[in-house]
Amino acid sequence: MSRIAEAFADGPAFVPYLAAGDPDYESSLAYVEALERGGADVIELGLPFSEPIAEGPTIQSAIVRALEAGMTPTRYFEFVEDLDVDVPLVCMTYYNLIYQFGEGGGPADFVRRAAEAGVDGFVVPDLPAEEAGPLREACDEHGCELIFIVAPTTKGERLERIMSQVSGYVYVQARLGTTGARADLSDRTAESLERVADWDVPKAVGFGISTGDHAQRVIEAGADGVIVGSALVDIVATGAERGDPAVTVASKLEGKARELKEGALRGASGNERPHPERT
Amino acid sequence: MSSDTGKFGEYGGQYVPEALMPAIEELEDAYERYVLDNEDGFMDDFRERLADFGGRPTPLQRADRLSERYDAEVYLKREDLLHGGAHKLNNALGQVLLAKYMGKERIIAETGAGQHGTATAMACAHLGMPCEVYMGRRDINRQRPNVFRMRLNGADVNPVTVGRGTLKEAISETMRDWAANVEDTHYVIGSVVGPHPFPAMVRDFQRVISEEAREQAREQAGRLPDSVVTCAGGGSNTMGVFAEFVDDADVALYAVEAGGSSLEVDEEAGVAPNSATLSTGTEGVLHGSRTRVLQDRDGQIMESHSVSAGLDYAGVGPELAALVDRDRVTAVTVDDDGALEGFHRLSQLEGIIPALESAHALGYVEDHHDDLGDVILVNVSGRGDKDLETVLEETHGRDIEGAPDIDTFETTGGFQ
Repeated sequence: MSRIAEAFADGPAFVPYLAAGDPDYESSLAYVEALERGGADVIELGLPFSEPIAEGPTIQSAIVRALEAGMTPTRYFEFVEDLDVDVPLVCMTYYNLIYQFGEGGGPADFVRRAAEAGVDGFVVPDLPAEEAGPLREACDEHGCELIFIVAPTTKGERLERIMSQVSGYVYVQARLGTTGARADLSDRTAESLERVADWDVPKAVGFGISTGDHAQRVIEAGADGVIVGSALVDIVATGAERGDPAVTVASKLEGKARELKEGALRGASGNERPHPERT
Repeated sequence: MSSDTGKFGEYGGQYVPEALMPAIEELEDAYERYVLDNEDGFMDDFRERLADFGGRPTPLQRADRLSERYDAEVYLKREDLLHGGAHKLNNALGQVLLAKYMGKERIIAETGAGQHGTATAMACAHLGMPCEVYMGRRDINRQRPNVFRMRLNGADVNPVTVGRGTLKEAISETMRDWAANVEDTHYVIGSVVGPHPFPAMVRDFQRVISEEAREQAREQAGRLPDSVVTCAGGGSNTMGVFAEFVDDADVALYAVEAGGSSLEVDEEAGVAPNSATLSTGTEGVLHGSRTRVLQDRDGQIMESHSVSAGLDYAGVGPELAALVDRDRVTAVTVDDDGALEGFHRLSQLEGIIPALESAHALGYVEDHHDDLGDVILVNVSGRGDKDLETVLEETHGRDIEGAPDIDTFETTGGFQ
């Protein structure tokens, strides 16, 4: 069983995202480690690309901060090696960085180096299943998972094409648009989960989840995990703006992670609590 | 070259977020039915509107004084005379009309120089479609008249402040809007870039330039030109004026890129002080397709530069990149000074004020006319009214041949 499969095996998985190197290398190490203390089961770690077309303004700003602080693919792999966490890591980035790394003119060098550093899988939002052959091959060679996003608009043949490629977990996009925390959850989540219900991989829902209550409802709707990015990146951004010490920000991240993880656990136990947004 | 697979050699493809894939497939289907197969008479409708609303065909004008200067026959394809003042309307009208045939309710677009945004706003007003245009803050500042023209035609202009605030940021922002509103919105991409079917579809809407030019050259010069010279940024006027000549092996095709202030790259700062993607770029994936891009060693996209906002882009159309790879198109460069000289020369010798983009092509002809044969066809892709402030500012303090005394204008507020 792969490390990612194990992470999903014991109940609902909490999958937080942060951009590596945001707002700087050292603080970012502390922030990612705080997520694990808060209950992360898998961590999606963004490798910043200059043209993040699938991201909303929150994560885009994080990417700009990280790039300005000197994050590069080479530094990213050092970052992964410097991290003191035990949970599986998923590298979330764009295809051009994967393709350009090393001398090969293809994804092989990137995947080899990532696997060596301790990356367990990849999410590449601008790489549709049709173009993913070479990356899939490299992942197979190095025992890495290739996670695909299923959008509310994904139906029919496209679903099957993705199903034939996906491993690790399927990233179920809860709503249309780009990443970003929302005040409410989309009712398209259940519909999207329904479409992938009989797939033999865990289903993790992301896009717009920002509270423990959201996490609970996503799991109640049938998800195996919740992915949360912007709500956590917001904490990093606020800390950076105010010049808070890294330890303060890390402790807030840990608290938020715990809230989200506990929400997910409540969703799984069916332990209903009052829903302030519904009343 | 095949448009059914969306690949041009190694280039092209569809590298977009999953949420957009169904829209891209829907567009692919619409492109095949309406554009390639003329379903419901779409192409007839399009061509009629290009004539009545757009003012096509545009003339192929023999430039007498340039011909004398170069001891060759120089012909100018006058896309500056198209409605809106640039070739951009060909594509904008085609796509907005297509969106209408597809039942879309809202149009979004991005723009660099403002020419594409202006053309899209005009096409939307003409066809009664709501329109929002994303434009980099920096471009808004340097292309104010075009911003006002878009507003006059009823479009909303959304400033993009991320990054350096130019075209590539505006494209990313428009893709985000599209991802959020894909079900009722069509994204009118302004050049032969982006995921398939955009590069092929935009080329087909722009192909009218070379269809006309080819016939006009036959009629007026009695034969095809020896060379076709045009500017290349993203590559829409380039592919438009090349498309029908690609199979004419005796016609040399020159894509003139913006050499900016230097072809050297500042790797440290991640800045290319040029927009010469075909000449200096490397293979990569940007804005939905595999093509040549200006990037650093890691694959981060570089900031580009050109005195003309319309050429200031770090990528280029995949088909054009493929044509350069197989030596069918020659990619060359003209720097900012050469473009400014081309601008002033055409203004003074022929009474035509060209867009700074087009001025790059004219700059190339000046320096290389001996290699271009006896009959030279230059695409004047747009008119220069939008560039007057930039030209004033950029000519001031430089030694630009043929320029009026801009210093006098700057100090007195008028020429004396």
